[in-house]
Amino acid sequence: MSQNILEIKDLFVQYSAGKDTVRAVNGINLTLEEGESLGLVGETGAGKTTTALSIMRLIPNPPGKITGGEILYRGENLMEKSEAEMRKIRGHEISMIFQDPMTALNPMLSVGDQIAEVIRLHEKISRADAMRKACAMMEVVGIEGGRAGEYPHQFSGGMKQRIVIAIALACNPSLLIADEPTTALDVTIQAQVLELIEQLKRKFNTSLLLITHDLGVVAEVCSKVAIIYAGEIVEYGTLKHIYENPSHPYTIGLFGSIPNLNETVHRLSPIPGLMPDPTKLPDGCAFEERCSQACEACGKGVMPYVEIEPGHMVRCIKFAGKEC
Amino acid sequence: MLRYIFKRILMMIPVMIGVTLITFSMMYFSPGEPADYILGELATEEDKALFNEQNGLDKPFLVRFVNYVVDAVQGDFGISYSTRQPVIKEILSCFPTTMKLSLYAELFAIVLGVTLGVVSAVRQYSFIDNFTRIIAMIGVSLPSFWEGLMLIILFSVILGWLPPSGLTSWKHWILPAFTLSTWGLAACMRMTRSSMLEAIREDYVRTARAKGQTQFVVIMKHAFRNAVLPIITVAGTDFAKLLGGAAVIETVFSINGIGKLIVDGINTKNAPLVQGGILFVAVAMSLINLLIDVIYAFVDPRIRSQYSSGKRIKRKSSKKATVS
Amino acid sequence: MLSTKQDASLSQDTISIGGHGQTKEIIGRFLRNRAAVFGMVVVLFLLFCAIFPQALTQYDPIEQNLRDRFAAPSAEHFFGTDEYGRDIFSRVIYGCRTSMEIGLISVAISCIIGVVIGAIAGFYGGITDNLFMRFIDVLMAIPNTLLGISIVAALGNSIPNLIIALSIGSIAGYARVVRVSVLSTKGTEYVEAAYATGASDFRIIFKYILPNCLAPIIVQATMSVATTIMAATGLSFLGLGVPAPTPEWGAMASSSRAYIRDYWWLVTFPGLAIMTTAFSFNLFGDGLRDALDPKLKS
Repeated sequence: MSQNILEIKDLFVQYSAGKDTVRAVNGINLTLEEGESLGLVGETGAGKTTTALSIMRLIPNPPGKITGGEILYRGENLMEKSEAEMRKIRGHEISMIFQDPMTALNPMLSVGDQIAEVIRLHEKISRADAMRKACAMMEVVGIEGGRAGEYPHQFSGGMKQRIVIAIALACNPSLLIADEPTTALDVTIQAQVLELIEQLKRKFNTSLLLITHDLGVVAEVCSKVAIIYAGEIVEYGTLKHIYENPSHPYTIGLFGSIPNLNETVHRLSPIPGLMPDPTKLPDGCAFEERCSQACEACGKGVMPYVEIEPGHMVRCIKFAGKEC
Repeated sequence: MLRYIFKRILMMIPVMIGVTLITFSMMYFSPGEPADYILGELATEEDKALFNEQNGLDKPFLVRFVNYVVDAVQGDFGISYSTRQPVIKEILSCFPTTMKLSLYAELFAIVLGVTLGVVSAVRQYSFIDNFTRIIAMIGVSLPSFWEGLMLIILFSVILGWLPPSGLTSWKHWILPAFTLSTWGLAACMRMTRSSMLEAIREDYVRTARAKGQTQFVVIMKHAFRNAVLPIITVAGTDFAKLLGGAAVIETVFSINGIGKLIVDGINTKNAPLVQGGILFVAVAMSLINLLIDVIYAFVDPRIRSQYSSGKRIKRKSSKKATVS
Repeated sequence: MLSTKQDASLSQDTISIGGHGQTKEIIGRFLRNRAAVFGMVVVLFLLFCAIFPQALTQYDPIEQNLRDRFAAPSAEHFFGTDEYGRDIFSRVIYGCRTSMEIGLISVAISCIIGVVIGAIAGFYGGITDNLFMRFIDVLMAIPNTLLGISIVAALGNSIPNLIIALSIGSIAGYARVVRVSVLSTKGTEYVEAAYATGASDFRIIFKYILPNCLAPIIVQATMSVATTIMAATGLSFLGLGVPAPTPEWGAMASSSRAYIRDYWWLVTFPGLAIMTTAFSFNLFGDGLRDALDPKLKS
């Protein structure tokens, strides 16, 4: 059996905004095996990016704070690492691709410098060697190495994202976190970038945590899927589990909001309502208000996390043997 | 780049003619005859008429103005009434003092202001941040002449450490330069703080952290490089302002700079001196503004490529910083 | 292009103020800022001093009392007396009226002229814009201090002339802010919509475009009361502006220069008054900016 490269246990993250406390992540549990790809799916504000930043220990503090839980990377708790130890892990062991390539690159530095920076941080090589390696890395992501001296504003959005990917993979990390890597890009470019990520993942045998709100993207790249809602994992399973047997009402709702070309549908069925205000999360199930199958029992207590088939977990009272 | 600079200098010409027109007409319409001031009360009407004729003061306004502009283009700003020396000679003998004084003041303001601003931004809401913010707020609210007088009371009268006036040794420079620097120091600090706060929150700063870069390098290499543009603007406009605003400080500390020269000229109706002095300062200010723009291009690759790609640059000849 | 960059950022930061709920929210944000409220209270107090100086002091600020020259601060004369035996406290209080008058009126004048120039230039564009902006360029090419000095010198020493001199110097700032705002709102859909309903140019400028740049104008006006008062006292210090014996802070500091060796109070208190005034207007303005535009809040 392959080893777990990443294990998140009971992670809680809060942001304080004046008097209010935003409970962004509320007890997330996730595991990612070596070489595997896990898709973390949820809508805006569900706590996806917060989870990713927690793994890198890059939650801006203040106002954010990890208030509980453990994040184990290869069995070691990242929460207990010193800042200096974390710096050795960031960019070297765990890398991250950010959502918006337009703002993720420093406009004042040449792209070659920005790639070489991460190389020089983690490998003891000369400036010139690092630059040569940066050029090689640019070739790997499909950009002429000769353009290393150019600045971010001279590249298009898709090209910039390729450079961000080059930075993330330059030191051959074991774990890559991709936070909505394609959201800000044109549809045609999206496919190219996804393909590139997948291909490089295979080439370098990197484990991947892919964060997205796009179930289509997940289906293309991932083998496991976790659905996140209001800072909680509501459903977790293999790609097959989730796509063939979506069980949580929210997951079902997500699939209902996507147009399907194979069926003639007259009207999409979007999920009614909005995610609850993270400063005032309700007692009981966070999805209750929008759930068509909600009952009285949903309004109280902690929802049970039930394994409905081997490896397929659902956080819903329906599956706990209770009648609604 | 050179073409741009040339164009900007060409564009200064109409503006400078406008400046000349304004100062010229103000001196023309100001009450009192120069002859009364220069020749004294004992002079006869014939003496005055002769004086007016010699200095071309009997001609109509437009003729005098055109003559003045034609002479000024050739570097002849007329003869100072009081010393009978060419105005340009008087100006050139005073200007280096003002320039040096402003330069010292500005250097001090930049070094200290930027340092405090960066520290303040990095440690937002800390004691040192609150403290420097209050000091900066007081700094922009201090009338410079009063500050100068109070410093004289403290350091010259009470402590006896520094001389109160004149410019004969290095000790003499300290009080006037410090007084002159106060406003710019406060402005620089406030601008550095606010633009650093903005830069620190940018995505590329997070990217740099995600590479495993140290806090210090993240702040200085990534955040500060991007925050520096508005700081340059503030420092530049402040410097330009110092050249004009030195008049008050030069009076307080009895320094023979160009500001005091102009003020004395106004008090004695020395029109050629005043016109020449103001025009000279205006040209110096415009050149400094041009210099700021050129520095901008060297610092920011986006602006640099605007010049090299030969794109039309939006026309603007003078600018003012908004300190916020 | 440096200025275009700033101008662009300015225009992005402009927000419209209006609507009842929004006003309430802005006031709420302002009141939560303790420094700003402190600034406002001091400003109100200074206005009170300016309007009712006699309520605070029984001494005449102008009457000389040569037997009581250079009296040190005491219970009788809080700030001591000057070289003519005049009560300095009383002169500082009355000086507040002079400074407020100069500051507020000249800011009002420059603000109105600047807004009109900026709005016309931005709205009509073309030659009008070019002419106005060249004029503004010329104004900005002369350092404000020197411009003020030479205008007062040309017109003669008096408070109205000083006000004119200070107003001309700061027209440029408003004109540029407004022009940029107008340029950026001119093409927006709601202005197009106003055209479609047949609104006149005048109506469009005042009803649809200007409210959009109200926030930066208000902030700039508040802050420039501080700079204008400081500039006015600076000119008076150079002997230009307010004629004696009108109580004026800058002139008081200037005339006491000869005595700073022996009588520190002569120069200290007028200066403190200037500083307090400028400081409180700055705090007030800072608070207003943060309240009007939370995006800019750092």
